[in-house]
Amino acid sequence: MLDGALLSIDGLSVAYDGSIALNGVSLQIRKGELICVVGANGAGKTSLIRSISGIVRSSSGVVKMNGANITGLPSWEICERGIAQVAEGRQIFGSLSVEENLLLGGSLKRAKAHQLETLEFVYQLFDRLRERRRQLAGTLSGGEQQMLAIGRAIMSKPEIVMFDEPSIGLSPALTDVMFGVVESLHKQGITVLLVEQNVAKSLALSDRGYVLENGSIVLHGSSHELLNNSEIQRAYLGM
Amino acid sequence: MLSLWLNVLASGILLGLVYGLVALGLTIIFGVMRVVNFAHGEMVVFGVYIGYWAVRLCNVPIIVAAAIAAVLMFFFGYLLEASIVKRFVNRPHHYQFIVFIGLSLLFSGVLLVAFGPDPRPTASELSFSTVSLGFVTLDLARLQAAITAGLLIALLGVYLRFSSFGRALRAAADNRLGGLVVGLNIPRVYAVTFGIGAACAGVAGALISPLFDAQPYLAVDFTLLAFVTVIVGGLGSFSGALLGGLVIGVAEAIAALMFTPSLKTALPYALLIIILIFRPRGFFGAKEI
Ligand SMILES: Nc1ncnc2c1ncn2[C@@H]1O[C@H](COP(=O)(O)OP(=O)(O)O)[C@@H](O)[C@H]1O
Ligand SMILES: [Mg+2]
Repeated sequence: MLDGALLSIDGLSVAYDGSIALNGVSLQIRKGELICVVGANGAGKTSLIRSISGIVRSSSGVVKMNGANITGLPSWEICERGIAQVAEGRQIFGSLSVEENLLLGGSLKRAKAHQLETLEFVYQLFDRLRERRRQLAGTLSGGEQQMLAIGRAIMSKPEIVMFDEPSIGLSPALTDVMFGVVESLHKQGITVLLVEQNVAKSLALSDRGYVLENGSIVLHGSSHELLNNSEIQRAYLGM
Repeated sequence: MLSLWLNVLASGILLGLVYGLVALGLTIIFGVMRVVNFAHGEMVVFGVYIGYWAVRLCNVPIIVAAAIAAVLMFFFGYLLEASIVKRFVNRPHHYQFIVFIGLSLLFSGVLLVAFGPDPRPTASELSFSTVSLGFVTLDLARLQAAITAGLLIALLGVYLRFSSFGRALRAAADNRLGGLVVGLNIPRVYAVTFGIGAACAGVAGALISPLFDAQPYLAVDFTLLAFVTVIVGGLGSFSGALLGGLVIGVAEAIAALMFTPSLKTALPYALLIIILIFRPRGFFGAKEI
């Protein structure tokens, strides 16, 4: 256990119709850290994020935010605690305008009072979104939609942002841009939980990493250690 | 002859606006929650009875009766969603089908027990007054119902487009998971949506109470009518519901004039089949609330 963890997860399990997707996962994130959870397709990464955020019910385990037990709270109350996510598949509102998408991200009680300032901050971060703010979100390119999903998460003034495979479906060049955005958000003081299949790039970016296989954490340590771990090099880095 | 046609057209358009309001209720519920409210016609009939009793007992104007129906039916819809419908929103369609058919039978049964099978006319002075505008003579009850329905449709459109609840409703309709991701209280959005849908049906019912006798059996007709209207316009489309209402209203009126009044109800269905052959998803067939 880490002392003073911002988000602490203990023994979290998720099952869909009896089949286990997440099996007793424990991890902690301190304020200001950037950690990654890496794993192959089907390892349970999305189940982990959705159970933390209350979108999927966990079958056992405890999630604490700032020391308070938030296990089993409905998703909108968990959002109010400052936990935002950039979801798998982006999950933007394609038939709403770019700006409406952002305003929806900023409609939580914790964020509403500063909605316009935060909107300006997001537009400064992503100039493209400002240019296209009246456009329907569904007409944006894949990379722009990912920016919108990130901007929408920022709109909620989160303490921690969980990214679920932000690089998926993007070109190598855009992938680098995306990791750059994650890094710069982290530098601005946002705590980041990055979930990825892109093991090399995620470990290069993060302070610590966890390796998820078949719903369980099989390895964790500093990213430096993990990058030099021979099993990881063989299984995930193709060395 | 021309003036006869104009009159028929006008009265079809007027009733069509009210049909549009009924269909809007159905389409909003479907667009947001992806459930089909087979008890929609019963909700219209609740509105007709509210109109009947409000005029009968308190002798209030129909507009006031419509406002009473809006409030009562909103809460009715809200509570129905929050107690029963929400348990079936994520179940397979055939489960939902059974639940709504069951509710529809239950509501009809309740009306039958409470008020009996006999038609009750809401005869107010309004029912017999007309206004003349050059070629066309409009009956006042119809005109008032149409203007009120048209205003309400416009108001609802503006509300959904510009209010923050409207934004949340459209977001929930677009992407439920996305709604959960940004922290929308989806169960509350659903309950309010169902309330709005029920209120549309109830208000429409109250508005037409001077034109249709209150009777439990009306419900089936209205459910079917709402379906045809919504399908003609495109399931889940706001503008489609309005357009569908106008098309059906005019089609009914023309059928009654050209053929026989007994064909009045058949023609819209014939129209439905023809439209679906050429435009399988209706005029606007998409989810754009
Ligand atoms: N809604 C669901 N219903 C049933 N099984 C699911 C569902 N979502 C995910 N799973 C299963 O749970 C396991 C973990 O999935 P997921 O958390 O999506 O993994 P990842 O995000 O790492 O690819 C997989 O075996 C997947 O098939
Ligand atoms: Mg996933």
